[in-house]
Formats: sequence, C-alpha cells, structure tokens
Amino acid sequence: MSTAAKTRIVGASVPRKEGVDKLVGRAVYVDDIERDGMWHGTTVRSTIPRGRIKSITYDPGIDWSEFAIVTAADVPGKNHIQLIVADQPCLAEAQVNHCDEPIVLLAHPDKHKLREAVGAVHIDYEPLSAVLSIEESERQEIMVLGESNIIKEFTLENGNVDEAWVQAAHIVEGEYRTGAQEHLYIETNGMIAEWSAAEGLTVWGSLQCPFYVHKTLKSVFDLPDEKVRVIQTETGGAFGGKEDYPSTLAAHAGLLAMKSGHPVKMVYDRMEDLAATTKRHPSRVRHRTALDKDGRLLAMEIDLATDGGAYSTLSATVLSRATLHSCGPYVCPNIRVRARAWATNMVPYGAFRGFGAPQAIFAMERHMDEIAATIGMDPVELRRRNFLHQGDQNATEQLMREPVILNQLLDRALAESDYYSRRERFARENATGHVKRGLGIAAFYHGSGFTGSGELYLNSLAGVEVTKDNKVRVMVSNTEFGQGTNTILTQIAAETLGLAFSDVEMAPPDTAVIPNSGPTVASRTSMVVGRLIERASLQLLEMLCNDGGPGAPATREQFFAACNRYRDAHGEVRSLCRYEAPPGIYWDDKTYHGEAYGAYAWAIYVAQVAVDTRDYSAEVEEFWTVQEVGRVLHPVLAKGQIEGGVAQGIGYALYEKVVCQDGRMANNQMTNYIMPTAQDVPPIHVIFEEIPFKYGAYGAKGIGELPHDGPAPAILNAIRDATGVSFKSIPLLPEDIFAVLATRELAEEPAIR
Amino acid sequence: MSESWPAITMQVNGENRTVRVPPMKRLLDVLREDLHLTGAKEGCGEGECGSCSVRMDGELVNSCLVPALQAEGAEIQTVEGLASNGVLHPLQESFLACGGAQCGICTPGMLMAAAQLIERNPHPSMEEIREGLAGNLCRCTGFMRIFESVLEAATQTGKSQAEQAHHAR
Repeated sequence: MSTAAKTRIVGASVPRKEGVDKLVGRAVYVDDIERDGMWHGTTVRSTIPRGRIKSITYDPGIDWSEFAIVTAADVPGKNHIQLIVADQPCLAEAQVNHCDEPIVLLAHPDKHKLREAVGAVHIDYEPLSAVLSIEESERQEIMVLGESNIIKEFTLENGNVDEAWVQAAHIVEGEYRTGAQEHLYIETNGMIAEWSAAEGLTVWGSLQCPFYVHKTLKSVFDLPDEKVRVIQTETGGAFGGKEDYPSTLAAHAGLLAMKSGHPVKMVYDRMEDLAATTKRHPSRVRHRTALDKDGRLLAMEIDLATDGGAYSTLSATVLSRATLHSCGPYVCPNIRVRARAWATNMVPYGAFRGFGAPQAIFAMERHMDEIAATIGMDPVELRRRNFLHQGDQNATEQLMREPVILNQLLDRALAESDYYSRRERFARENATGHVKRGLGIAAFYHGSGFTGSGELYLNSLAGVEVTKDNKVRVMVSNTEFGQGTNTILTQIAAETLGLAFSDVEMAPPDTAVIPNSGPTVASRTSMVVGRLIERASLQLLEMLCNDGGPGAPATREQFFAACNRYRDAHGEVRSLCRYEAPPGIYWDDKTYHGEAYGAYAWAIYVAQVAVDTRDYSAEVEEFWTVQEVGRVLHPVLAKGQIEGGVAQGIGYALYEKVVCQDGRMANNQMTNYIMPTAQDVPPIHVIFEEIPFKYGAYGAKGIGELPHDGPAPAILNAIRDATGVSFKSIPLLPEDIFAVLATRELAEEPAIR
Repeated sequence: MSESWPAITMQVNGENRTVRVPPMKRLLDVLREDLHLTGAKEGCGEGECGSCSVRMDGELVNSCLVPALQAEGAEIQTVEGLASNGVLHPLQESFLACGGAQCGICTPGMLMAAAQLIERNPHPSMEEIREGLAGNLCRCTGFMRIFESVLEAATQTGKSQAEQAHHAR
C-alpha cells in the first residue's frame, strides 16, 4: 500500500491545475460563451405557494411571434426531474406547489426584451391552502405531498432507550433549530443548450454532476444515451447548490432550444437564483438524554425534523446523513433517532455542503453544553468522558476499526487556543467590560463518501488514458468548482505513474468523453475517486509491463514509448477501474445498522466570540480547527477547504437569514442576504493530524464538508460562555441577542458562568 | 442599429477602443459583450459582490454600476491587462502559490482590488488588506488564502524593490 511511502507530488502544494486560466481571466464560465445565432431564455414563475392553474394568457401588446414559448405541453418525454423520486415537474402543468415554480419558458434573440415579456404572461390561479413550516406540515391537516406529508422517515435504534431513563442520574432535554442557508456561489446558475434532430441535445453549464443532468435530459426529451451530451463549463462555486438544480435548468434551456431552433442561453440573475433555487434544509431537533452520575451517556432520544419543501428532490438522502450524524462522536448504549423530512409549499430544499450533518451536529453539540451546564461539569470533560475510541461501536453499531484520536485532537485544540487560561482571563474581564468574551467547543465527525451501500450502487468507473501526443488524461465525471478536483486527481495519477504533474491533464468534463465516476458530492472525490485513479494508474503500469515486459517503465521516455507500443498493438491506451468496497463493509438499509461510512474525518473546533452588550453584536474573534482527515494530499488546497467551510459556518451561525413572506424569499439580494466579508472573518487556525486511511487515495479521507459542521455550535457555545445565555437557534442575529439580553438586563440578573 | 448611438472612446488595457452603445449601457456589458473581455464577472448586478471590479482612471469601480458614458475618455484596466507580455503580475503569482483562487469567479475582481490596494499602499497591514478587499466577496476561501496572497505579493514586491535599490548602488 502506498500510504506510508514517500511521495514526490502527492502531499506537495503544486499550483492549481487550472489556476493560471482563472488568474488571467481566460477561464471560460457559461456566461462567457456565445454560440452562433444564440437566443436568450427566461422563466415565468408562480407567484403563489400553492394553487391550481386556471389559465395562461399572453398580453396582446407583445409580438409573441418573435418569441419561442414553452409550456409543459411541449415536453416530449416525461415532465419530471429525475432524482430519487420523480415527483418534481420540469414545468408545472395543472398545479403549482411553491412560489417561483417554473410554468412558462420564453426565448428571444434580444435578452433585453425578456423582462417585459415575462410581465406580459398572465397566469390565473385558484389558490389552495399552503403549508409553510414543519409544524404546519406535521399537523397533517392539509396534505401537500402524498398521504402523510412525510417525504422520508428513518428510525435508528440501538439498545433499549425506554428502560434507560429509570437508571439515569440526570435527564436533559433541549430543542434546537437551524434556518435555511443560501449557497451564494458568486456565479449564478447558468446553462446553454443546442438541439438538432441529428445530433440530439447538447448542454454547456455550471454544474457539479454531469450524469445527473444527463439522466434528466434523457427522460425529459425521451432520448437515448448517445443523443444527450452534457459539458461542464468552468463553475464559479457550487457547495451542493449545483448538484440537483442544473438538471432543471438544462431541461428548460433544452426545451427552448428545441422550440426555437436556436442555441439558447439561460443565466439567472441574482434575485432569480436566490428566490428559485435550492437552499439548506431548515431543521428542528429535539434531544432527550440520560446520563449517569459521572456524566456518561446512558441514552439518547432524538427527534429530528427537516423542511423538505414542495418536492422530494434530495431530502431523503439529506435526512439520512442528518440521522447518521445526530448522535455525535460519542459512545452511548441506548439510542433512538426518529427522523422525518416534511413536505411544505416552500421552494424545494437541496444539497448544501454537509448535507444534513451541520443541522444534526448543531443540535448535538449545543446540547452537550446544555448537559454540561445542567450537571455542573466542564463541557470539555463531558465530551472527553464520552468520546468514541478505536474498537468502540457508534450508533449504527459500526465498529471503529481505524484509529480514533479525538483525545489527541482535543488536547491540541485546547493547547493551540490556550483554552483554559483564556477562559479564566475572559471571566475576569467580562465582570466589568461591556464586551463579553467566551470560548466554545464542538467535537464531531463527518462520514466520507456516500452513505451505507451508496458507493456500491454508484458503481463508479474512472481511470486514465494516454494520448498520441504523450499526455496522460484523467477520465472522471468529477468536476472542478474550486475545491481542487483537477489538481488532486492529477497529482495522484502523476505520482502513481512516476510522471511529472505537467504530463497529466484532465479529460474534458463532457459526458461524450468521460466514464461515470459518480457525482461530485459527499466528500468522495479525493478518497473514493482518487483511489480509483490510483488503482487505474497501477493497472496501466501492469498492462504496459505485461505487454512489453520485462519490468515497469523506469523513465518518462520509457513510459511513453511503452504506451506507443501498446497503442500500436491494442488501438488505445486506457485503464479504467470500478469501485470496490473496503473489505468487511456491511450495511442494512432497513434497520439502519452496519457500516454507515467507509471512513470518518474527525475534528475539534474552538471559537472565540465577543458579544458587545451595547449593540448586541456577536463577533467571532479567532477560530481554531484541529482535524484528522487522513493524509493531506495538498496542504494549501486542504487549508483552503477548511477556512472556506469555517467562513460559511460563521455565516450560517451569525449572518445568513433567509426571510420568507408567504412562502417567498423576501431578501433575495446580496444587499440584504448577508454573508461574511473580508472584515468579518477572523483569523482561522488550521491544524491537521494525519492518519493515512488505507482504502483512500494515498491515505486520503473526505475533507470538503467537515468544516461546515462545527462552527455554528462552537460559536453559540462560546456565546453561552460569554453571556450565560443559551441560544438554541440559528441564524442568531443581533436582534435575537437583544431580545434576550435586554430583558435580562432589566431584571438585573448577573451573568452565570 | 448601433451606428445611431454616439461613439464612446476609452483606453482599455492600454489600447484605444471605441464603441457605439446606448450611453446607459453598463460598463460591465460593454467590456464583456462589445469588447469581448469576459474576465470581469457579474455576481449580483448591484455593486455588492465586487466580481465586476475594474480600475477606471486609477480608482476601483464596480463596472456593473458605471454607465458607458461615464467611461468616455477614461483609462480602464481589467484583469486581462494585469499580466504584461505573458509575465504574470506578482499578485497573480502569489494567488497561484498561496491558493488565493478557488472557483475563480471572484478572482478577477479580487485581483483588481488587491492591485489597487498595493499600488496605493505597497506594504499594507492585515487590517488594511481586510479593508481594501471588503467590497469583494469570496464564498470559497474564507479570505485567509487571499490575505496571504496579498501579503506575499507585497513582500515579494518589497524584496524586488530592495534588490533593485541594492543593484542601483
């Protein structure tokens, strides 16, 4: 196994593969592309959350003959987006189930004519009662999806929770809530489609998962595999927000291209992107926890609810990951988690970095501090007493086969943040100052790759090929959108083949060229797909060796000479590998028991927060992250992942509020949906402890989502430490702090520490 | 049709360019559509994100808020004009080395803001860097790698200036 071996390129911070293109303005994003004869498309959307469509009329003041007009009646195949369940129409036909649901598509050669035209399409509705919150949905008085409003339900049980309560020295309950969060990729969703009867449909766009889009287009247009081609353009941020939505937009652009006979570009402006596309699922998590007199966990009962929005989309899998991360990195003999995703008439919620884990971990880690306060124990010590160790079993009875070094991570985090002496100093200073400072901790894991048997179902195929002009090409459907896919996979191939970084290129992200190595999600690219590239590269060396003998090529020249001989004999030089699960993996989808993830990344985060009791602002002043993500393949990219995730987590906790009025996002502008700026993000310290994982590429585990899991609970725990007030809901804005602190000041209660 | 609009002439990346466009057309659209300089990006269209930042007569502007008419006679620098004769600008080098660009969509604007900053203030403090880049949103990096890139470029520029001074002696 290569994990322990010294490496030349893996582990080095080589320049980002497409870096120069991005730095000189040469990288081509979808809106930078013009096609000959290209028209522009737009969308007419619902203005109510739920209702029957009575009529669609077109204002005679517009010359509609200049426009291509598409409705559901123009869909040649199935009018559904193909995800887990095909319940979301590509275009609403008889009924709308959320605001900003697409109903009519328009295209015109002049994009400036579109705005007026959208306003000239009149849709009459018969309004129906709408459900706009988890609570309204679970009342089940108005059914908006299926028989029960439940999109998906999981129960995870271990031991016997009901018998545990009587043995408990302490029982602690709490309810925690998280809000929706917008991805706010700086590049909005965009797509160009071109149609011809002979070639079929080709789309270019900003997207994460080419084969997800491919699957939907085949179905919507009723076309065979080879008549649909999906090409990813340079993608300006995604964070999960371009996992499922691009399938809808690609179908829309395709329908307009087919109807108009022209290439059609659709690029959302910021307001449309914010109002109409997916966000992180809002959640409500209730904990009831039994502990013995020493603070050891005896039982956890967790009720987890998410708002899934109007259609199923990815809510089932988001809920699954939330369920599997809801119990934290702790040993507990008796567990019952009941998790439900509820349908509402909100815009469907979707994938966002962490995929349910940040919601579940916010509740668990906030709850740990509530437990600590209730039983009078140091929150650090409470966590330490309950940590998972190697050889333990977690909530799904997965045996922790690999080393678990939570204590080591915790010690490092305490030392780096100078935790105890800072807390002591803050306690002293807080007594007299207007600014109250505190420190908060979060301990957590994040499962790498698809859940349970997911990676086996994906059955990913990936590899390398060698071109006639002596370039190795990495063949994957995993895309680059900033996280470093191109660079990491190139490093792995170059390392394994004994070549230079510059000898290896990425094959174009084009479904006509690449195999399906699965979606670019779930922190799976480095660990799972990287491993396929490592295996395929080793297999290529073996192929060359067997073919030309007597040994593996020793130099670059010998390698390419051997490739040329192989090509002469076999036509092409290509080595692909399929996913193979690590040995001993067992997962039962029915009972939710077994190996939930092939590997876990582990972390301890510490936040220092200052709360100003004059203006009720909370500011993160410093942030420490200590994590074990397997081997770090590229230190600069890895740091960038952690820092970027922490910044998004800070926004999630303290800034980013999706304000909804009657089911519609009211603050759908960057002016009033606020993300952290260069002046808001504190110094972020990034520390890696490396334990190579032998089934990941060169020892890698997943990294991308982990850093979004910990900041929110760490920050709110710090605010509790600073003010003595337990806030249980995010986003936590100054007005929320004011509402509690101002009342408390009136009562003249001293801060409790 | 475009002949009916008055000519607007500006110097873009050192070259005189004349366009005939509606006078209120956004400078961003003139650059992208008429001059085919697609480096500057639209992120919000309302001056919040800074992805469309370019330099106009030595000032950093959001080109989505500048009408073409206002650019008449102005000197405009876009990201395409940052490297000279194929040699990367020190900021481009440092962004490459320090991981200052991830998805790359904010990068052209961020580079222009950073260029403006270090031209005015060759040795900015961390506070000055934060302030100088506060109008440019990056959703990927959490800004740390960008701050490091700017510091690195400032240090390198300082070094090369010191070397030049040394050689001059």
